[in-house]
Amino acid sequence: MSKFADNMIRKDAWTGLMMGNHALVRAMLESGVMVCSAYPGSPTPEIAAAIEIIPEEQRPIHFEWATNEKVATETAFGASINGHLSVVFFKSVGLNVALDTAVQLSMLDCIGGMVVVIGDDPGANSSQNEQDNRHVGRLMMMPIFEPGSPSETYSMFLEAAELSKKLKMPVLFRMTTHVCHARELIEFGAIPDFDYDWTPRFHAEGLEYWPITTAVFPLKRKAFAKLSAVEKHALSSPSNKVLSPNGSEPENGKRLGVITHSIPAYSVLECMDESGSSIDVLKLGITFPLNPEQIVSFLNEHDEVFILEELDRILEHEIKAIAFDNHVKTKILVRPDIEHLMHEFVPARVWDLLSGFWPDCFAPKPQRAEAAEEVSPRLAQMCPGCGHRSAFFAIRELIDEEFPDAITVADIGCHSLGSMKPYEMGTVLLCMGHSNGTAGGLAIGNDKRKVVCFIGDSTFFHAGLPGIINNVLYDRNVTLVVLENYTTAMTGHQPHAASGEIGDKIKIPEVLEALGVKFLRSVDAYMQDKLKDHIRDSMNHKGFGVVIAKHPCMLKFIRDKRKRAEATKRAESVNR
Amino acid sequence: MKSYNIFISGVGGQGIGLLAEVLIQSCLAAGYAVLGVDTHGLAQRGGIVVSHLRIGNKDKLFTPRITPGEADLIVGLERLEAYRGIVNYMRDGGTCIYYDAEQQPIHVRMGLSQYPSHEELEKAVAERHGKVERVFIEDLPDVRMQNTAVLGRIASFELVEGLTGDIIREQLLEISPSSAKDANLKVFEQASAARA
Ligand SMILES: Cc1ncc(C[n+]2csc(CCOP(=O)(O)OP(=O)(O)O)c2C)c(N)n1
Ligand code: SF4
Repeated sequence: MSKFADNMIRKDAWTGLMMGNHALVRAMLESGVMVCSAYPGSPTPEIAAAIEIIPEEQRPIHFEWATNEKVATETAFGASINGHLSVVFFKSVGLNVALDTAVQLSMLDCIGGMVVVIGDDPGANSSQNEQDNRHVGRLMMMPIFEPGSPSETYSMFLEAAELSKKLKMPVLFRMTTHVCHARELIEFGAIPDFDYDWTPRFHAEGLEYWPITTAVFPLKRKAFAKLSAVEKHALSSPSNKVLSPNGSEPENGKRLGVITHSIPAYSVLECMDESGSSIDVLKLGITFPLNPEQIVSFLNEHDEVFILEELDRILEHEIKAIAFDNHVKTKILVRPDIEHLMHEFVPARVWDLLSGFWPDCFAPKPQRAEAAEEVSPRLAQMCPGCGHRSAFFAIRELIDEEFPDAITVADIGCHSLGSMKPYEMGTVLLCMGHSNGTAGGLAIGNDKRKVVCFIGDSTFFHAGLPGIINNVLYDRNVTLVVLENYTTAMTGHQPHAASGEIGDKIKIPEVLEALGVKFLRSVDAYMQDKLKDHIRDSMNHKGFGVVIAKHPCMLKFIRDKRKRAEATKRAESVNR
Repeated sequence: MKSYNIFISGVGGQGIGLLAEVLIQSCLAAGYAVLGVDTHGLAQRGGIVVSHLRIGNKDKLFTPRITPGEADLIVGLERLEAYRGIVNYMRDGGTCIYYDAEQQPIHVRMGLSQYPSHEELEKAVAERHGKVERVFIEDLPDVRMQNTAVLGRIASFELVEGLTGDIIREQLLEISPSSAKDANLKVFEQASAARA
C-alpha cells in the first residue's frame, strides 16, 4: 500500500501535508462516513482519488461514481435515511443538475447525516461560469459551511458532519477551487473505532418522507426549526470567530472591522500583516444562517465595517437587513464596483479595496506596470492522436466543401476544445448535454441550414438522453455525432456506463436503436473518409441521424499501457 | 522572515506535481512553514500547469498564491512557460532556473505568435535585474526526468538558508518510485554538478 494510503487510514492522530480535497477525505474517515457518491468535475475529482487509493478491504467508505449529480445526491440521501452518514460531491454547476432532488432534502429527516460537498469556482478556473452557490444553499434551506484553507476543510467537515447527524439535516459544504487545491500542514485527529453498522434503519411513521401538497407545510416548518438550531450553533461555533492579530486599538479614532469568509479572509489578514493596522476581522465559516446577535454585536463594536465577500452580494444584503432591523448606526461599507462581483479576492485586490476605504491604514499602491514583453498564449489542445481531433478534421473538411453554412453545436468535454483553432467546430455551448436540445431548436422551421451537434459518451448518459429522445420523437433535422472514447476524459478518466469498468457495459448503439433512431452509423474516428460519408449521408437524410465516431482516449490508453508495463516489471523483479 | 516565493510552471504531463512535492517536503524538512497551491485548468491537453509555493514563518503566511511580481524564484520546465513566469511573476532581483525544453503552442505553430529564445529570456531576466540558470542535459535518458534535472540544479544553490542539496536529494529519493530511484539520482547529481 502507498504511504499516502497508509497515512490516510492511520488510526492515531498525526500531522502531515495535504491538499484540501485530500484533507476532506481524512475528515470523512474520522467522522465515520459510510457512503459517498459523486459525479466528476473540477475542482473535486481528487476527493475520489484519495478514497480510491485506499485498498478496498481497508476502505470503510462505500464509494461510487453516479450517472450524474442528481443520481449521486439521491444515492447519498437514500443511504442517509437508512442511517448511514453519507457524502455527495461534485463541481459548482453540478448543483444545477442535482437541484430538483437537493431542494427537497432539508424537509426530510436525514437520520444518518448527509454532507453535500461542492467545489465552487470563483474565477471560472475550470467551469462554464462562476455561479455563487451560496444562493442555492438558501433556496435549499441547507446550512452552509465555507472553509478557506485545507486545515479548515478538515476541521469544518468534522463539525458539519456532527451537526448534520445531530439535527438529521443535510449540510452544504462549499469549497472553492483554491481551497480544494491548496496544500498545507494539518494536524489530524484519530479515527475512532466506529462499528459501521449496515442495518437498514429507514422508518416512516406517516407522510414525513412524502412532501406533496399539504404534507409540505409541517415538513417545511421542521426545516425552519432546524435552521434556527443552526443559527444558535453559529454563535458558539469555532468556525465563526473574531481575529485581531494587531490588537483592537482605534485607527485615527475609528474602530474598524471587516466581516468576511473563506479565502478573502486570509487575503485581509495578509494585507493587515503588511500594514500593521489594528482592525478586527469577523471570519464567518458558517455563512448561512447568520446569527443576528453575532452580527449586531460585531457591528456595534465598530464605527465602520467593510463586508468583503467573493462573488455575489449575499452577506452584504443580509447583514444590511440585520443592521436595519436592529437600528445599528455603524457605517457599512461594501464593494463599490461590478468588477468586484467577479473573480477571486487575492491579497493585491483586497489591498486596493481596503485602501479605497481606509487609505491611512492601507496606502494606495501604484498599479503594476504592464510588462513590455509579449508572451504567446498557450491554449489547451486535444492530445496528439486523440480521436476527437481526427473526427473534427474530417468534419471540418466536409462542411467547408459541401455545407458551408451549417450550424455546429458543441457540448462539454475534451471535444469542446474543437471549437478553437484550427477546427472551429461547435460554435455554441451552454452546459453538459445541451447540444441535442439546442440543435433541435435550431432546426425548427429551418430547411436552409443543416444542424450538426456533438456529445461525449459520459455526457450521453449524464444529461444527453432526454435531448436525444426529443430529437427522435420529433424526428428533427439534426445530425448528432457521438464522440465515443470509453471514458470521462476531460475530468481525469473516470468510468461511465459505457466504459466497461462498472458492471455490464451499456452499449450506446444498442441504446440508440432501442430508442428508435432510424439513421444510425458507427465508425472509428480515424477512418476519416468513411466518417465523412456517414455524416454526409446523415445530413442529407431528412430527420434525425446519429453517427458514432469512436476511438479510445489516447491519453488513457497510453497511461494504462505504461502502468501495465510497470506492474509487469515490478512482478518480474519480485520473482527474480 | 518575509516569505520566500517559488513559482513553478510548465506544460501538462511534465511532472510539475512531483517537483512541487519534493520542494514542499524539502522546505518542511528544512524547518519552514509552507503553503502551496496548484492551478491546473485542463492539464492533460498540453495546457499550462502552475504551482505556487510560499515558505517562511507560520504566522506570516496567509494565502498560498503569489502576487504577480513577487516571486523570488521562477522554476520552469519549458522555455515559453519559464518566460511567461518571469514576465508575470519575477520580482526585481529574482532568480530563474529552467529546463531548456521547447513545446510549441498552437499559436506559434500557426505563425500567430513568437516562441522566445534563450537570449530573449535572459534579456527579460536582466530587465528585472535577476539571475538565470539554464538546465539542459544532452543525454537525458527520459524526457520525464527534466523535473529531476531542475531539482538537481536547485539543490546546487542554498536558495534559502537550510534548504540544502542533501535535504532535496533525500526528499527526491523518498518520493521517487523505487524503480526510478537510481536513474533519478544520476540525473540529479549530473544537473547539480553542471552548475555554471
Ligand atoms: C453539470 C456538470 N457536471 C460536471 C462537469 C464537468 N465535466 C466537464 S466535461 C465532463 C464530461 C466529459 O466526458 P465525456 O462526455 O465522455 O467527453 P470527453 O471529455 O471524454 O471527450 C464533465 C464531467 C460539468 N461541466 N458540468
Ligand atoms: S484526454 Fe483523451 S479525449 Fe481528451 S484530448 Fe486527450 S486523447 Fe482526447
